[in-house]
Amino acid sequence: MTELFLSVSLLLLVTMTAGLIRVVIGPTSADRMMAAQLLGTSGIGALLLLAPALGLPALVDVALIFALLAAVAVAAFTRRRVGVNRLETETR
Amino acid sequence: MDALTDFVIPQVAWHAISAILVLAGGFFFVAGTVGLLRLPDLFSRLHALTKADNLGLGLIMLGLLPFVPDVFYGAKLVLLWLLVMVSGATGAHLIAKRAVRGDGEDPQ
Repeated sequence: MTELFLSVSLLLLVTMTAGLIRVVIGPTSADRMMAAQLLGTSGIGALLLLAPALGLPALVDVALIFALLAAVAVAAFTRRRVGVNRLETETR
Repeated sequence: MDALTDFVIPQVAWHAISAILVLAGGFFFVAGTVGLLRLPDLFSRLHALTKADNLGLGLIMLGLLPFVPDVFYGAKLVLLWLLVMVSGATGAHLIAKRAVRGDGEDPQ
């Protein structure tokens, strides 16, 4: 099973690399944020697969940190408002 | 592998179930990435992203559950999946609401 886990985690790394294309060409910033979210989830899956394959149970804790940071990143991204910045430039 | 579960379901069957689940999870991640790259609209891309988030990670987690060394480790895997599902649903709703309002785009 170690070989299967390693190969699927390699497959997830390949999909992460392909998802970087959307980060580059994404027309809006929401597309880039979605690609970053998919990158984070793929990284979590790869870490979960590597934990039994390499015999490192601490990688699950690293995956937990990834999940927490991805949630905070998306919430912080959607709180950014252009209208606030526009108001600042008008009053300046 | 516990002796009782080994008696009920042999270890080869556990390995086969785990391999099928992990491969299905990898397939969902590939499908989500292809959808993120190929779909034309932001909302359809969001749809592909949430499928990969929830189902792909859930299937990989289910495939890893027969190999957990103790109960605490398995509970941590399940809690990680629940956290990703909750944060993925919340993030998808936030991104979709922001895109519908159109108030978050970069100034031209």
